[in-house]
Amino acid sequence: MEQSEQEIPIQTELPKPAVRQTTGERTAETTPPTVFDAKNVSIYYGAFRAVTDVSLNIHENEITAFIGPSGCGKTTVLRTLNRMNDLVPGARVEGEVQYRGASLYASGVSPIAVRRRIGMVFQKPNPFPKSIYDNVAYGPRINGEHNKGKLNEIVETSLRGAALWDEVKDRLNNSGLGLSGGQAQRLCIARTIAVEPDVILMDEPCSALDPIATGAIEDLMHEIKSRYTIVIVTHNMQQATRVSDRTAFYSVLRNEKSDTRTGVLVEYGQTEQIFQDPTDPRTQAYVSGRMG
Amino acid sequence: MAVVTEQQGVDLREPRGWRRTSNRIATVLMVVSFVVVLIPLGFVLFTVIAKGASVISWQFLTGSPIPPNVLPANIGGMWPAILGTLEITGLATVLAVPLGVLGAIYLNEYGGKNWLAALIGFMSDVMTGVPSIIMGLFIFSIWVLHFGFSGLAGAFALGCLMLPIVIRSTYEMLRLVPNSLREGSYALGATKSRVTLTVVLPAAIGGIVSGALLAVARAAGETAPLLFTILVVTEPNPNVFSGANTSLPSQIFVNASSPYVGAQDRGWGAALTLIAICFILMIVARLVTARFARYTH
Amino acid sequence: MSAVTEVGPAGTAGPTASPLTERRPLGDRGFQILALSCGLLVLVILVLIAVTTSQQASLWFTTEGWKIFTYNWNPAANQFGALAFIFGTAVTAVIALVLAVPVSIGIALLLTEVVPYRWSRPIVYVIDLLAVVPSVVWGLWGILVFAPWLNHIYADIGSAVNGIPVLGSLFGPPTSGASFFTAGIILAFMITPIVTSLSREVIATVPAIDKEGAYALGATRLEMIRGAVWPHSQGGVVGAILLGLGRAMGETIAAALVIGSSPVITSHLFSPGYNMPAVIANQFGEASGVFRSALMGIGVLLFVFTIIINVIARGIVERNARRKRGA
Repeated sequence: MEQSEQEIPIQTELPKPAVRQTTGERTAETTPPTVFDAKNVSIYYGAFRAVTDVSLNIHENEITAFIGPSGCGKTTVLRTLNRMNDLVPGARVEGEVQYRGASLYASGVSPIAVRRRIGMVFQKPNPFPKSIYDNVAYGPRINGEHNKGKLNEIVETSLRGAALWDEVKDRLNNSGLGLSGGQAQRLCIARTIAVEPDVILMDEPCSALDPIATGAIEDLMHEIKSRYTIVIVTHNMQQATRVSDRTAFYSVLRNEKSDTRTGVLVEYGQTEQIFQDPTDPRTQAYVSGRMG
Repeated sequence: MAVVTEQQGVDLREPRGWRRTSNRIATVLMVVSFVVVLIPLGFVLFTVIAKGASVISWQFLTGSPIPPNVLPANIGGMWPAILGTLEITGLATVLAVPLGVLGAIYLNEYGGKNWLAALIGFMSDVMTGVPSIIMGLFIFSIWVLHFGFSGLAGAFALGCLMLPIVIRSTYEMLRLVPNSLREGSYALGATKSRVTLTVVLPAAIGGIVSGALLAVARAAGETAPLLFTILVVTEPNPNVFSGANTSLPSQIFVNASSPYVGAQDRGWGAALTLIAICFILMIVARLVTARFARYTH
Repeated sequence: MSAVTEVGPAGTAGPTASPLTERRPLGDRGFQILALSCGLLVLVILVLIAVTTSQQASLWFTTEGWKIFTYNWNPAANQFGALAFIFGTAVTAVIALVLAVPVSIGIALLLTEVVPYRWSRPIVYVIDLLAVVPSVVWGLWGILVFAPWLNHIYADIGSAVNGIPVLGSLFGPPTSGASFFTAGIILAFMITPIVTSLSREVIATVPAIDKEGAYALGATRLEMIRGAVWPHSQGGVVGAILLGLGRAMGETIAAALVIGSSPVITSHLFSPGYNMPAVIANQFGEASGVFRSALMGIGVLLFVFTIIINVIARGIVERNARRKRGA
């Protein structure tokens, strides 16, 4: 905790990661360290297999996008990364998910501790029915921070970090429910970064927002990715090309006999490569708009 | 031209004959049923206000002791009964509301669809149908026989009555809290108890308070559970934990059976006081609901 | 536990510094246990009610045996047959249902199918007011105002039907203001709110598409109600009626004041009678020994009856709701 307090300085003071200024320059040798390492992950809801055999690595300080048609399991995989699926009765994960070398699903691993490091922003903005200030201070408070001065500081840096400070600084005590959709989503991002996570998972964060609010969120993602590893699920392929460094394309495998559908990871690679030079014909069909 | 004549030929009037008549009779009957309940309600309220208002005075509300039946209404006062109702209902609220809210939290947040939660939910609904006099007999058997009559015993009986009502109303409110709020809190690394106490309960608090107030209004008007748990006394008993006590409904019950006009008049005064308390609780409950209504979807 | 910190790549301390393995906090577990115990409290209370009241009533059951179901109730002569009270409970509850059910369903239909939303709210408030009037106030009004007034009407009806076969024995003279029928009417007022609100909930779940389907075929409102609303809500309304029955059986104080307090079995509805909760309320105070045990036993019987009715009713309501969700 003490270390991380110094980690939230205003972003201009942050050292720029030397590795990548633009996505195009990146090569295999400069690949950043691995944050998530998923091997042969299958996810079940009861007897129903929602996702089959996903293996991929997610790298530090990158934005990784999950794209694919509805029902392909991209959100399910995302929720596996911070054990949110534990909240769904009957959900079960097979295979191995490693987070910085530690197995997420090993016995003794606390989902609470996992989620403190791996935050999540949801499809629909879900500010708590509390004041703006209390929304942001919520996370630090439940983690034991009750010092008024420190909380003030965290709230300000987090709201600045989410590019919301100037819009709300005069009404911190107003309800978070009174914000517009885009502001509410940025509040949720501020709430997430207030606990200084390592990773931020975003589940279609812009799907409920208009294009202007979407643009603001995308700019924000670019600004904060130097400090966080971001995984984003999106329906919008333009968004994936705009924000992400790597893209994973999922698809649906239909079993004709049992009439069940299962999500599979079709292709994973640098975003440019996925969109401009896909190797799998299904990826090609999807990104060129001929399917899904 | 042909089209126009055809249109003139189309009959768009309401169907005639028995179809129309029966439909109108049905509608009239529905309106009549509402009027049928309006009449006794208006009649009761009118009588209670007309007869009670002439009795109620500052001295009636705050004076004591409650005089014997034979004396006219302008002697003594109802304070012992008012005090008893406030004490006993208040204590019952303090006992039943937290337990009921926690029980509902178990049902909605922890139990989910498991068989135990289903059983508890079902039996809690069944318990709302247990006659209130049974609660009185129960507390008499389990408490009064060993520890004697007291306001506390009455509060236990009223609490048993309120518990399932609070559970049901709180449960309905917790169900309305959107799951996305819970997930938002979990994603910050909150434990389940944190999620429940800091996000779910605050989001549902308006409905919970309003449901609890309605349960209190119901309990405040109950007589049967108190008959064998607090008895009826004429002096105020400020100690809710020991000694026989009295309450407005018990006092009304005693006075209603009395042939003396003075006692009956005091009964009307007490009835007006009791109805006023219950209505105020109900109105506050409505206001609370309206005040917090914006967070229920 | 330290493994996690070590695996973190060099230079990325900070958020990853603390371990992923973390015991579930004690408070969290404690809260769950607390909530569970409060849920279990419902079951515990129900079991305790059954056990303790049965214990108190055992003296009556053992000394009287099957005679508890005879109809001689004379505490002075140590006769404790409860049949007259069971009869009275059944009669008053049936009168209450016959009066309250049509009215309640009428109001429920009025609220859901006829009046616009802005009118339905005040109507609901009025019905709620009816529910908030305490039982003892109904009793006070019943015995001091309503019963004397009813007695004139009963007398007129009584002389009118005197000598007519069935009607004469049900409604003939002599009549009394405090009677089975008066108790039935007051109980009807008291159960109308619950039957109305439950019926309304059930009727409100009828899918709009069914109703529109009927209207689209040119049905009148009555035909739509018969064809689309009724088949859907039948079961739930029956459940609501049973819950009303349970209430009417257990409602104590109003009945104790207006029923006339006379343990008789008669077909004559305008004569004074008695029912189970009323006799407990009126006589428990001065009872002891077998007498008290008998009153406790009547309470046990009442508890059993109402539990059975409520279990059936809730079962019907719940099954209905489940079927609707499934569809």
